[in-house]
Amino acid sequence: MRRLPAALLGASMALLVVAGPALACGGLIGPNGAVNLLRTTTLAAYHDGVEHYVTAFQFQGGGGAFGSLTPLPGVPSSVEKGGDWTLQRLIRETDPPRRAAFDLAAGAPAASGAEEIMKVKIDALDVTVLKGGSAEVGQWASQHGFRLPPDAPEVLEFYAKRSPIFLAAVFDADAAKERGQAIGDGTPVHVTIPTPNPWVPIRILALGKAADARVDADVYLMTDNAPALLPAPTGQNGMRLDHSEAASQSLLDDLRSDRGMSWVPSSSWLTKIAIDANAPQLSFDLAIDASGQGVPSYVQAGLNVPQVIVDQTTTIRALLAAIIAIGVLIVVLQLARLTAPRAATPA
Amino acid sequence: MSRNRARLVLGAGLVALVAVGGAAAVALARPGPTPQTAITIEIKYSHFEPATITVPVGVPVTITLVNTDPIDHEWIIGDDAVQQKHRTGTELLHPVRPTEQVIPADQTRVTTITFEQPAVWKFICHLPGHEAYGMVGVATIVR
Repeated sequence: MRRLPAALLGASMALLVVAGPALACGGLIGPNGAVNLLRTTTLAAYHDGVEHYVTAFQFQGGGGAFGSLTPLPGVPSSVEKGGDWTLQRLIRETDPPRRAAFDLAAGAPAASGAEEIMKVKIDALDVTVLKGGSAEVGQWASQHGFRLPPDAPEVLEFYAKRSPIFLAAVFDADAAKERGQAIGDGTPVHVTIPTPNPWVPIRILALGKAADARVDADVYLMTDNAPALLPAPTGQNGMRLDHSEAASQSLLDDLRSDRGMSWVPSSSWLTKIAIDANAPQLSFDLAIDASGQGVPSYVQAGLNVPQVIVDQTTTIRALLAAIIAIGVLIVVLQLARLTAPRAATPA
Repeated sequence: MSRNRARLVLGAGLVALVAVGGAAAVALARPGPTPQTAITIEIKYSHFEPATITVPVGVPVTITLVNTDPIDHEWIIGDDAVQQKHRTGTELLHPVRPTEQVIPADQTRVTTITFEQPAVWKFICHLPGHEAYGMVGVATIVR
């Protein structure tokens, strides 16, 4: 396996801290509700019918435990420790350092109802893949000492309607300290998910955030073709397209040489979506059509769930409008009949 | 059809139209809040439904709190002083009183309260972040 030059890794780590990825597309939950996050970074790559989801959990000091819930589009075939530099290398690809001095200076401070279908221990992370509805997952969370924020019931149901698979990661900060993990050390996790078409959970990023809170995240996509995205990242909707072009050969080679990344194909399309939104803006997920057909799914984007509330007053108003319309029609017909010329009577 | 008869039909149609519209308008008119002695409040997606209730003074009122959420909630009813005490309190869980209920996830609690004076009180969930999220209702206590 080819190793990245140390200088590259050093610069990448500096950028990592600048970007501050602490946790990817997951909603954080702690004993007192959601934890505010720094900017997060995720790779969602899709090749040969398999989504590779790489994210990192960063030790930020303190004690106790905190957790994260990440909705998944399907049951993973594996959850394992991710490569050491995949996310950093992606950041470097799309946001190359302008001046090394700047990088170095900036980088310095840097039994529930749910079915547990997979449990994996990765460093100080206890990762559990759960299958269940919002009630079961909520019950699991509370039984494991986590208090879900008040928006969790609606958000979990939003996901459970489409895919009742969640990845719960519990980060034991005390264990991290015992392992000698320093503040800023990340634990990458690589989730492999066979699925017909990938999607990336976006709404979960706003879990537990106040209406005026900002959500900052970077989502990297790697697909065989230029992907069609829904919603399209317009910038106005809190998603901005920062990069979209064929992945460079050097990037693919570097990624392929990282742990668990041998699946990286010989050619790929690299897309970077910057999430820069007020929390309430993120009411959707990112559906991806990587097939080249250009038809991303409204279901997978979470856009086709009608939120139509028809109360009794609305029904009565509709009935009233119909009655009035029928009455007006009768009157008009009657007037027309009166004003129409009489037909000649045959002799 | 004679012209007079046509006018008669037209007039009758207009009268009927006005009558039907008026009846519908009356049906639409919101009746004054009637005090209720048995109320069910559903908690869904961290909101109370209904979020406004009207209860009588001096009569036991039975309130059934149905929590359909997968997370715990509170239902604290009282004046501003009561709410402020819970808002700034440090104890996460406290003894259950008729006016201060904890409803665990997916469970139901029933409480009976006799309100002593007319007032407008709020009922709020004071678990962290829940009030800001909108878990606030209003109870109007009337004679």
